[in-house]
Amino acid sequence: MPFDWSSIPRALPFLWQGMVTTLQITVIAVLVGILLGTLLAVMRLSANRFISLVAAAYVTLFRSVPLVMVLFWFHLILIPLVAALLFPGKQLELRFLTALTAFSLFEASYYAEIIRAGILSVTKGQFNAGLALGMSRGQVMRLVIIPQAFRRMTPLLLTQAIILFQDTTLVYVISLDDFFRRAYNIGNRDGTLNELILFAGAVYLVICTCASGCVRQMQKKLAS
Amino acid sequence: MISIRNLSKWYGEFRALNKCSTEVEKGEVVVICGPSGSGKSTLIKCVNGLEVFQEGEILIDGVSVSARKTDLPKLRARVGMVFQHFELFPHLTILNNITLAQCRVLGRSRKQAVEKAVQLLEMVGLSEHQPKFPAQLSGGQQQRVAIARALAMDPLAMLFDEPTSALDPEMINEVLDVMVNLAQSGMTMLVVTHEMGFAKRVADRVIFMDRGEIVEDHPKQRFFENPATDRARQFLSKILTH
Repeated sequence: MPFDWSSIPRALPFLWQGMVTTLQITVIAVLVGILLGTLLAVMRLSANRFISLVAAAYVTLFRSVPLVMVLFWFHLILIPLVAALLFPGKQLELRFLTALTAFSLFEASYYAEIIRAGILSVTKGQFNAGLALGMSRGQVMRLVIIPQAFRRMTPLLLTQAIILFQDTTLVYVISLDDFFRRAYNIGNRDGTLNELILFAGAVYLVICTCASGCVRQMQKKLAS
Repeated sequence: MISIRNLSKWYGEFRALNKCSTEVEKGEVVVICGPSGSGKSTLIKCVNGLEVFQEGEILIDGVSVSARKTDLPKLRARVGMVFQHFELFPHLTILNNITLAQCRVLGRSRKQAVEKAVQLLEMVGLSEHQPKFPAQLSGGQQQRVAIARALAMDPLAMLFDEPTSALDPEMINEVLDVMVNLAQSGMTMLVVTHEMGFAKRVADRVIFMDRGEIVEDHPKQRFFENPATDRARQFLSKILTH
């Protein structure tokens, strides 16, 4: 069957706006995910059983539930609830905020595990060396362990970010206009759904392949 | 300076240290030797609180290591430690390895810390390696940097946990030379080692440990010429043949 790609060039500015949304969600979720993930990792490794359990519960929860469900919980329940409490009676456009929150909290649980593994991969000898110099446990973590853990985990952290970039397409289910949903809508409108989905797929393929290639280069450099 | 009194440590059911007692006076160089598993590393790690112990007491300059109210990080900053596997911080340059704790623990200014670091690197013969990273240095060089890093804190005493055991033979002497100079300058040193040549040169006393106990604790001449126990005699005969 013949393909009609003609609607794509005209739609590029519109699609680009969608890509901006996709990138915004990805970048913010990655940054918040790494920050919160580091905190969770450190909490998991704490000697205090309560702190450790709270972090473990968080990580287990978000890793056991499908992302699409997390998105729905936030979209249908949590965010409207919080909004009703903070801004009673007002009608607000909250889908972008919902996406940011849900993805950030979700990613944090995955990053927490990567970072925890990274921290544990730094030997006890390094920890002892820091302590022997008079550093507090907190100082050793901040100055000696975490910097090393991050250098080792950077390829994995970036790979997780690439996966997140692809997962953002799920905002389709909460009617948020990211790149994919916009492509889909154009295809629907013009009767060229196949073409637009192929096009969108190709865009994700190119971006992710290049990004993965960069990560591999980085891994080679780090290994040497 | 360092007082170890009736020190006992268990790992679960296994008794690693059994009522160990000894004193290290200011300026003394004490060597601890013994077969593998005798508890020498465990003992020295108890001295600066890196290992916990269940019974007994350790005092450094009068301060108890295990007392609740002791500020352990502060106490550790006064005692330098050199590890078998060097344990330099791989993500920092040689210079920053030496300045890190000076600035963050002792609160020295960057300028002061760098000055001290440069001075110590010169002392151990590694000035030109300042901007390099630990991975670029040989084992012997890394260990010398590790000694400089510990000395930068101006410690009261230095603890050495088998400092040359992980080194290739041709690099052992460069590290021992630094340690000999340190001993001759009057530093209080507690050294766990198999290097009997070093002990003969600069040790004041030799402690022999076996199965978690201090079996002998004598001035070096007496230990080498006339060990009191069979266990020590056996150990020496095996070690000194090569």
